[in-house]
Amino acid sequence: MRPGLERVGTSAAVGEEPTAPPPPTDPRRIAWARRRRAFSRVAKTYRKNKMGMWGLCLLIFFVLVAIFAPLIASKAGLDPTCTCTGKAYQSPSLQFPFGTDDLGRSVFTLTVWGSRISLIVGLIATLISMVIGSLLGIAAGYYGGWLEAVLMRITDWFLVLPWLALAIVLAALLGPSLIVIIFVIGITSWPSTARIVRAQVLSVKTRSYVERARGLGATNWHLISRHVLPNVGPLILANTVLTVAGAILSETTLSFLGLGDPLSISWGTILEFAFGGGAAVAGDWWWLLPPGICIILVVLAFMMCGFALDDILNPKLRER
Amino acid sequence: MSLLSVRDLHVIYHTQAGPVPAVRGVDLDIAKGEVLGLAGESGCGKTTVINAILRLLPEKTKVEGTVLLNGEDVLAMKPGKLRAVRWTQASVIFQGAMHALNPVRRIGDQIVEAITIHGQAGEKEALVRAGALIEQVGLPPWRLRDYPHELSGGQRQRVMIAMSLACSPNLVIADEPTTALDVMVQAQVLKLLKDLQRELGLAMLFITHDLSVLVEVSDRLAIMYAGKVVEDGPSVPVFTEPAHPYTRALAGAFPQIGDRTFRMAPSGLPGDPPYPGDVPPGCSFHPRCPLAFEDCPKIDPDLFPAGDQRRAACLLVNRPEMARVEP
Amino acid sequence: MRGYLVGKVVQAFLTLLFVLVFNFFLFRVMPGDPAALLLRGSSAYNPQNVAQVRHELGLDQPLPQQFVTYLKDTATFKFGDSFFMQGRPVSTTIRERIWPTILLVGTSTIASIAIGLLIGIYAGWRRNTRFDYGWLGVTLVLYACPEFYLGILVLMAFGAGVGPFPALFPIGGYSTPGAGLSGFSYWIDVLNHLVMPWFTLTFAYLGEYTLIMRSSLIDVLGDEFVMTARAKGVRENDILWRHVVPNALLPTWTLTMLSLGFIFGGAITIELVFSYPGVGWLTVQAITAKDYPLMQALFLLFSGAVIIANLVADITYMYLDPRVRAA
Repeated sequence: MRPGLERVGTSAAVGEEPTAPPPPTDPRRIAWARRRRAFSRVAKTYRKNKMGMWGLCLLIFFVLVAIFAPLIASKAGLDPTCTCTGKAYQSPSLQFPFGTDDLGRSVFTLTVWGSRISLIVGLIATLISMVIGSLLGIAAGYYGGWLEAVLMRITDWFLVLPWLALAIVLAALLGPSLIVIIFVIGITSWPSTARIVRAQVLSVKTRSYVERARGLGATNWHLISRHVLPNVGPLILANTVLTVAGAILSETTLSFLGLGDPLSISWGTILEFAFGGGAAVAGDWWWLLPPGICIILVVLAFMMCGFALDDILNPKLRER
Repeated sequence: MSLLSVRDLHVIYHTQAGPVPAVRGVDLDIAKGEVLGLAGESGCGKTTVINAILRLLPEKTKVEGTVLLNGEDVLAMKPGKLRAVRWTQASVIFQGAMHALNPVRRIGDQIVEAITIHGQAGEKEALVRAGALIEQVGLPPWRLRDYPHELSGGQRQRVMIAMSLACSPNLVIADEPTTALDVMVQAQVLKLLKDLQRELGLAMLFITHDLSVLVEVSDRLAIMYAGKVVEDGPSVPVFTEPAHPYTRALAGAFPQIGDRTFRMAPSGLPGDPPYPGDVPPGCSFHPRCPLAFEDCPKIDPDLFPAGDQRRAACLLVNRPEMARVEP
Repeated sequence: MRGYLVGKVVQAFLTLLFVLVFNFFLFRVMPGDPAALLLRGSSAYNPQNVAQVRHELGLDQPLPQQFVTYLKDTATFKFGDSFFMQGRPVSTTIRERIWPTILLVGTSTIASIAIGLLIGIYAGWRRNTRFDYGWLGVTLVLYACPEFYLGILVLMAFGAGVGPFPALFPIGGYSTPGAGLSGFSYWIDVLNHLVMPWFTLTFAYLGEYTLIMRSSLIDVLGDEFVMTARAKGVRENDILWRHVVPNALLPTWTLTMLSLGFIFGGAITIELVFSYPGVGWLTVQAITAKDYPLMQALFLLFSGAVIIANLVADITYMYLDPRVRAA
C-alpha cells in the first residue's frame, strides 16, 4: 500500500474504564459488556464524522449494486451474441444509457456487472494481506529479538521492491486468472500492514498492565489474545479499510495491463478492452468514463471510511 | 508601579467538545525585582495564564481582560509591537527543555536568533553575547556549537535560562523549569535561577506545582485552583499559616523531614481537581474541602482580605466561626 | 557519521543481493519451460531443438551452478538475448529505450516532489482553511484515480480532443516520426510529446507527497520549540521556514523516498497509455511476449533504481538531521 495513507499510531489502551454499577460478576460478561459499549461509542462518533458517513453511503451503494446486479441489468447483456446487444461504438442513448462497446454490448450492463469482480478481488486480496501482515507484525512486535529482526528485514526488502514490477512479473509467470491476481495483490501488500501492526504491538507490550499480567503468570497466548489484540485490533481495522482501496486500484491496474482473467468482467478489464480498442484516441468517452468513475468513487469511499475510522480510533490524531 | 499587572483575565479554549473556560477571572501583580510564585495542581490554569501574557495561545482561543506589561496592554497590541515586546520585555523559560529547543539547529544559533531579530546586535556581536550568557549559566562557551541532543536535561535547561536573558528582559516567566529534572539537578538549577534573579534584579513569575520549591524562591505566592486565584500574599506566611483550605492541603502534602506528626497523619486531598469545563457551583473547591459548610455550594467567594497584604477566596475568612474542628 | 554511512551502504548492498537472489529464483521456479516457450509457434519446434536451446541457455545445469553463472553474467551486464526482439541482446534493447524513461521519470519525480511538498507545507500551515480542504479534496480524488486512468482522461481530452476540450498535443510517441527535425526544433518536438505523460505522472503522485508533508508538518507544529520561537518574537514566516519545515522534512524525506518505487511502476502504465518508447512500455511488451530474459533484466533495473534512490535519500538525510550525524 502506498505510504501517505499510513498513520503510524501509538494509541492509548482500550479497556481501562470503570464498569457501571451493579457489575455482573462473570468476568467474561464484563469484558463483553465493555466491548459492546466501546463499539456503540465508536459508532456514535462515526456517525458524527461527515466524511465517514459519505464514504459509508457510497460504499453501501456500490455493494448493493454488486449484490443486486442481476436485477439491475440482465446478465445476458454480457454475451456478445445476445439479441439484446446493439450496434458497436454507439454513444449513449435511451436504450443504452452508457452506450455500447466494440461488440455492441451495453456499457451500462458491463459496468454494473464489473462491480462484482472488482469488489470481490479487492476484499479477498485484502483479507490475505491483513492476515499475513497482522500475524507477522504481532509475532515480530511481541516476541522481539532475532525473530523481529529477521521479519522486519524481510519486510523492508519487500517494501523496496517496486510493487508493480513485482506484481507484473508474478502475474505474467503464473498465468492470467482471478486467483493469481488475488494472490499477487495479497502477497505484495502485506509489508506496510506488518510495519504498522508491529509498531502498535511494541507500544502496547510495554504498558504496565501487560507486565502486571505477565507477573501474574499469564501465558503468551493469553497476553496476545486478551491484551495485545484488542488494542491492536482497531488500528488493524482502519488499516484494512484503507488497504482495500489500494487492492482495488491494484486489480484495476493489473487487469488493464492484460494480466487479469480475460473471461471475467471487472472495471479494469473493461478499460483494458476499451483502451486496447482505441477508444481513447477515437474519443469514445462513454466507454471509458463509467468504469473509471466507478473505480474512483469506490476507492474514495473506502478511503473516506478508512480515514474516518483512523481519526476515531487513533488517539494520537484525535488530540489535534 | 508594577511591572506586570493582570486584571480579570479570562481564557476560553475552543475545543471539539465546546468552549472550555480554563481561566475564570485572574488578577496578578508583579513589581520590579519581585518574584511571584504561582502554584496549583495540573489543570488549574497556571500554564494558560502565562501563555496568555505573551499571547501564545492557539488562534481560536478567547482571551479577555487586561495584561499591562510596563504600562501597555499586551492583549491590545498590534502584531508588530507584540513581536517587539516578546523576549525584550518578558521572556519565558518553558518546561520540558526536552523539545523546547529546535533539534536541528545549534544552541548558539538559537540564542543568537533571539538577539538579532530584535535588532539588538549584529551576528558577530550576538555570538559574543551568547558566549557570555552561556558562561553565566555555568556552561563552557564551546557548547554553543552543540545541538540540543548533545546536552543533558539539566544542561538544556541552563541553555533555556541563558536564552531567556538574551535580550535583558525585566520579567522572566519560568514555567515549571525544574519539574522534568532529577532532584540533584533541580537543586542546581534552582540555585542558578535564584542567583541570577538577585544579580540582575529580575522580576520573575515562577510556576510550579511544588510548593516547597516556591517558598524558597518567591517573595509572594499566588495559589490557583480551577482557573482562579484562591489565595495570595507574602510567601512564608501563606505557606506556614494558610488561610485557604486548599493551600493548607497543598502545603500539608509536602512532608517535612523530621516532622513525626506528619508521618502519623498524612494529609493528602481526596478526589481530583475539576475538569475546567465542569466546575462545581459556588466555591469550586467545596466538594473536596474538609471545612465546607452549607453556604459553600451556593456562593462563589471573592478574594477577601485575610491579613497583612493577604487575600483568600474562602467564606471562612469572614465567618471563622463556621470552621469545624478538624479531626 | 561514518557508522551511519557504512551501515546504509551495507544495507543497500544486502538488499541488492536479496533482489538478485529473488530475481533468480523467481524466473527459475516458475511453471513453464523457457526453452519450449522460445521455440513455440516456430517451425523449429521439436524436442532436439528444445534440448539444444536449453543447453544454450544453461538450463540443463544444476541450480547452484546456474546461480553462479547468473551472478557472473549480471555483473558483466550480460542478460542474454531477448526473445521477442529476435535474439538481440537484452542489454542493447534496454539501452536503446532507457533515455526516454529517464527524461520522463526524472523530471516528473522532481516536479512531483517539489510541488507536492510545497502544497503540503501550506496545507499543513493553514490547516482547516479552504485552501487546505480544497487541496485535500483534490489530493484524495487524484489518489483514488489509477494513474493510467488519469493518463487516459488527459489523452482523450487534450490528445484526441473530446467534447469541449481542444486537441493540443500529439497522442503518443517520443517525437514525430519521419519529421527530420534537428537541434532546437527537435527538442521542442520532444517536449511537445512529453507534456501529457509528464503532466499525468507528476499529478498522479503529487497527492502522496502533499499528504505526507502535511501530516508531518502538523505533527511538528505541536512541538514545544515552535512555541519557544513564537515567544522569542520570531516572525510567523520565519517560524515556518526556519523552524518548522527543517524538522518536518525529516520523516517526510524518508517516506517520500519509499514511495519512489511507485513512480517507477507508474511509468510502466503511463508509457503504455501514451505509447511512449521507454523501458516502461518495454516491460509491457515483454510481458505480452513472455520474454523472460528481458523481464528479468527489467525487474532488476527497476529494483536497482529504487535501491539506489533510497541510498541517495539516506545519505542526503544525513545532512538534514544533525542527530544522525553524531551517531
